Amino acid sequence: MALHRLSFRLRQTVTHVRSLHTSGCGQQQQQPQSVDTSSEPEPLSVFRTQEHNPACQSERHIGQYYTVPPGHIGTLFPHSLPKRYQQQVKTFNEACIMVRQPALEVISYLKNTDYSQPALRYIFYGLKGSGKTMSLCHTVHFCYTQGWLVLHIPDAHKWVKNCKELLPSSYNPSRFDQPLESTAWLRDFKITNEQFLSKIKTKQRYVWTKREFTDEGRPLGELVDQGISRIKSSTDVVGAVMKELRLQSGQPGSDFRLAVAVDGVNALWGRSSIKKQDKSAVDPEELTLIYNLRKLMKNNWTGGAIITTLAQTGSLYTSKSAYLPQELLGETGFDNMDPFIPVSVPNYSEKEFEGCYQYFMDRRWLQHPQSLTEEGKKEIIFLSNKNPSMLDRICSFL
Amino acid sequence: MAASCVRTVGLLLGKCRNCSPGINTVTSQLNRQVLRRQICASTVLHKKSKAGAEKYTAEYIQKQVEEFNIGKRHLANMMGEDPENFSQEDIDRSIAYLFPSGLFEKKARPLMKHPDEIFPKQKAVQWGADGRPFHFLFYTAKQSYYALMHETYDKILILQKNEDHLRAKGLFSTDTKQIFLGNSRWLLKEELEMLLVESISAHDYDRFIQLMGRMLSMPYCATEKEFILRYRKKLEAESKKQVVTQLEKDENGVAFSTAEGRRKTSNSTVILRDCGSGQITINSQNYLAYFPVLQDREQLMFPFQFTDTLERFNVECTVSGGGRSSQVGALRLAISRALFCFLSEKEGEAMRQAGLLTPDPRVRERKKPGQEGARRKFTWKKR
Repeated sequence: MALHRLSFRLRQTVTHVRSLHTSGCGQQQQQPQSVDTSSEPEPLSVFRTQEHNPACQSERHIGQYYTVPPGHIGTLFPHSLPKRYQQQVKTFNEACIMVRQPALEVISYLKNTDYSQPALRYIFYGLKGSGKTMSLCHTVHFCYTQGWLVLHIPDAHKWVKNCKELLPSSYNPSRFDQPLESTAWLRDFKITNEQFLSKIKTKQRYVWTKREFTDEGRPLGELVDQGISRIKSSTDVVGAVMKELRLQSGQPGSDFRLAVAVDGVNALWGRSSIKKQDKSAVDPEELTLIYNLRKLMKNNWTGGAIITTLAQTGSLYTSKSAYLPQELLGETGFDNMDPFIPVSVPNYSEKEFEGCYQYFMDRRWLQHPQSLTEEGKKEIIFLSNKNPSMLDRICSFL
Repeated sequence: MAASCVRTVGLLLGKCRNCSPGINTVTSQLNRQVLRRQICASTVLHKKSKAGAEKYTAEYIQKQVEEFNIGKRHLANMMGEDPENFSQEDIDRSIAYLFPSGLFEKKARPLMKHPDEIFPKQKAVQWGADGRPFHFLFYTAKQSYYALMHETYDKILILQKNEDHLRAKGLFSTDTKQIFLGNSRWLLKEELEMLLVESISAHDYDRFIQLMGRMLSMPYCATEKEFILRYRKKLEAESKKQVVTQLEKDENGVAFSTAEGRRKTSNSTVILRDCGSGQITINSQNYLAYFPVLQDREQLMFPFQFTDTLERFNVECTVSGGGRSSQVGALRLAISRALFCFLSEKEGEAMRQAGLLTPDPRVRERKKPGQEGARRKFTWKKR
């Protein structure tokens, strides 16, 4: 332990020397815009990596933080980051994500996949608060920087519960529309994939009402705008968008890759708490959004990847301790997802914890004098058990 | 019937303990007859005997003792045990078995004890056949107290004389052997009263303590050590009373200790293994999953943090019953006890002073009839 600490200190001094040398470089001068104006120019340190492109990150960056460019946060994750992380971004005035093994693993798979084959399904699973969603965000950021079309569903659980408005579908009366959820999602989708919307053309004629329709060969943007402006048809628009993307990706002539990212994929095969008129529960199959999303989960399309996480938090009628794919997906879900690549997200390792601790200290987030001592660190380790989310919660009032 | 009788006996005897020793009034034949049979006293008589302050003669006590011994043998026979070696614990156990009582107040439960414990200690007769008292301080009404004061002052005088004698010889020195009083305290007023079989006032008690203090301040008081220590009570370090389970070694030679703890309705057992990495499992579950509330984990951490042994032990716990805070309280106690045998005496004493080894005696208070809860009354309504 002592040796470890010594090496840390040594490394720190070494990097400080390096930062003195490079302080004149132009690369350094660009950075301060993103950092708080009062703080000094961003120093090089052990827990930060200068490799801000997820594609170039490798094993040796594990446990270090990389900064997501502020421009990407606004477009890629308009409302889709976890709440606490959003607050942290606002507080620290920068969006730093730790490079961790699970995300790197999936990224390396994504780099080496043959995209003429059916899409592969990746599932992040792990204990509560171990960073599944952040790993997903990291991977999604990789896809975004690679110029993929990102279809990100921040929380599938929200689609099967607390529905304010439930309308019978106009397309198929046995199904139900959720106009509010679908418009919100379409807005975010539009912000994220602005550049693709004009390029992709529809391949089918869609009739919304007697008078309104979208012709074949119109840009996808028009479809999305239709959904946003006409709330009633928005759910069907979501279905149409998903269908278009599914059919067009990987086909010759289309020049985009599709990344489908779903957080809380177990919601698709779980139960729903939404009630019908006669007070009976709605089956998720009967919800248009879920029905279309399930179709997207099938690997009968090519030229993309399906990246999902399992989530116990927010799920309905599941045991608190469940975290394994069999437990959360259930039998039908497991059969539907079956050929998938499970990626376990563990708690922090020693090195990752150290990185996080250093980062919080650097951001002056740990203010309590006791928390800076060795005993205080041990205390934090005990109380959080190196669980990322718990660590964040505990440190938030220190 | 029998149970109620015994209970009454207990009650009656309990009352007798409190009544001040007065003139012997137990003359009524009826009264004596009733009292002779230990397990038979009616409420009427009970009231009657309460009316007058009574004093028991030596013969009466003697008789009680005999009856107690016979009763004890009967009880042993009833329980099918050996009457010769029937101890007080056996009696208590059999009474609790034969007359089960759910009464909350322990004093109100049926009991059978040796008359020495039940009847207050009393003085022997103080005057002779001619009516003259034996003791010259009899008419002070507190003869043994004043006798004690006289004795003490005599000793002081002797010490002083001795001092003067030595001074005359030129051998006097102030640095003599002192009595070590660090681990004892003066008898309390009640204890002194018990010793003297007399009631003394607070003022008298203060005078006694003052006189003893004066004696202690003298350089050669060590010669009267035995006398002084008779009026002091020895105190023991509380942590020495702790039952220390011995450290055991498992097949790999790693030391481990087990301990149990309870709080409210929770029971827990803990196995503490040395040379671990700080892993804690509770009912074969991770402690983070078992106690999602931060305060509970702080409780769990405190014994380790206090002794600076975080990340040293591997802990295996089982806990059952109660809610989460009582479970974690039981675990804390069990962990502290298990830790105790890994520590030195000094650290152990520090742990006791921090209250880690003290069980929490608080339990849920019962609901009372005519009330909404344990203390809360029903909302008052005019009609």
